[in-house]
Amino acid sequence: MIEAALKVAGLEAWYDESHILHGVNFEVRPGEVVTLLGRNGAGKTTTLKSIMGIVGKRKGSAQYGGRETVGLSSDRIARLGVALCPEERGIFHSLSVRENLMLPPRVAPTGGLTLDQIFTLFPNIKERLSSGGGKLSGGEQQMLAIARILRTGARFLMLDEPTEGLAPVIIQQIGRTIGELKKAGFTILLVEQNFRWASTLADRFYVMEHGRIIDAFAAKDLTANMDKLHDYLGV
Amino acid sequence: MLLTLSITPMQLYGQLLIGLINGSFYALLSMGLAVIFGMLNVVNFAHGAFYMVGAFVAYFLLQYGGMNYWAALVLSPLIVGLLGALVERTIIRRLAGLDHLYGLLLTFGLALVIEGLFQNEFGSSGKPYPTPPALSGAYNLGFMFLPKYRAWVIVCSFVACMATWFAIERTRLGAYLRAATENPSLVRAFGVNVPLMITATYGFGVALAAFAGVLAAPIYQVRPGMGADIIAVVFAVVVIGGMGSILGSILTGFTLGVIEGLTKVFYPEISNTVVFVIMAIVLIIRPSGLFGRAI
Repeated sequence: MIEAALKVAGLEAWYDESHILHGVNFEVRPGEVVTLLGRNGAGKTTTLKSIMGIVGKRKGSAQYGGRETVGLSSDRIARLGVALCPEERGIFHSLSVRENLMLPPRVAPTGGLTLDQIFTLFPNIKERLSSGGGKLSGGEQQMLAIARILRTGARFLMLDEPTEGLAPVIIQQIGRTIGELKKAGFTILLVEQNFRWASTLADRFYVMEHGRIIDAFAAKDLTANMDKLHDYLGV
Repeated sequence: MLLTLSITPMQLYGQLLIGLINGSFYALLSMGLAVIFGMLNVVNFAHGAFYMVGAFVAYFLLQYGGMNYWAALVLSPLIVGLLGALVERTIIRRLAGLDHLYGLLLTFGLALVIEGLFQNEFGSSGKPYPTPPALSGAYNLGFMFLPKYRAWVIVCSFVACMATWFAIERTRLGAYLRAATENPSLVRAFGVNVPLMITATYGFGVALAAFAGVLAAPIYQVRPGMGADIIAVVFAVVVIGGMGSILGSILTGFTLGVIEGLTKVFYPEISNTVVFVIMAIVLIIRPSGLFGRAI
């Protein structure tokens, strides 16, 4: 049994007074791509934010590399090698593309991609380096948001709906990128509505509902579970 | 033309110079306010009080420490900056996430307390602070005499403003600051210690005010009321320039100083109110200021 890179147990989270996560349990093993599925409001984004330490209040446990992160501030969690690419992408409009790309500080001396490797994955970014961050198209913003967390040496990446609102050709490019990152040994936790697309990338799936994990299965069992999945997701 | 208005060139240049000097202080102070507002979302009403404390620290260093102007120019901003950092850590931090109004009321109260304490201890009369010997005397420019110290103040303020602008707009640390202004929790999630950065920003903004206070000491004397006197105009400058724009606050500071100076030549009666008249007009036409973003 390989020890988990991320082990979440009984994780609860609150936004102000509203209780969003009610005891989430799952794990991600080193080098795996794991996808969280679920309807809107099931708590997928909150799970990622809770692991990153940017929700109001957390309880329970989320261990990364054996270190407990509940109770740590988000800057400390980032320095353990955890990085989040948020759903809204979070490109800084007052910064140039280059400044956006270079903004996240190194969290580990090794393990990050070089700028050349990043430009090979995302050639568009290289061409737009001196543009303002707010001038990018949605696809370019998404690529920049992924690109900037690859430099830092973080080995555990959380991507929140990276295909949302993007054109099919861009979604393909992001899919290829995630494949490359998996080959390079990154561990990836993906939140995705588009489970057909995710099924080409993920090793395992977890299904969330009402702030809990309600089911889990491996990618190879996807077809066998299709009916259940349609039920869960209401598609 | 000047002669037909019975204004001598001497008068004009003299007032222009005074305008530039005042503008130097407006620029330094309003820039500090802009830096603090950008990062903390706090309208720092205690800015004038820290400016006054900066001048007083210079006075104390001379009086009790025998330290000259040059030492004070470095030490006073440092001391007051640390004091500001302490105030941020212990008091202002508690208001994070609340409406602007709370920060404004807190810092306004803080200013009253600080100024009251100094008034109580030192009275309201001014204490003279000597011009450093190396900067006494004047340059003869042919058409006017330019006191060396005043030239120094203008240059100093300009250099400090440009250095701050450069640090914020062109360096990595500045990129953190600008990014944290937009989305502090994401910058923190990248591994940057944002709370520490906020404390440092407040300390730096307040240190700029103290720096201005030391520069002002030989010109205006050291008085507990000196901050309250200047801060009303500085806030008008900030409103005209717009909150949060560094370059805007520098430009507006110098420009309004000069406009004020020129008004003294052409229509002295309104020289004390001209800034506020401009403020009223700007508020009607562009409520977020000439260079500002909407609050």
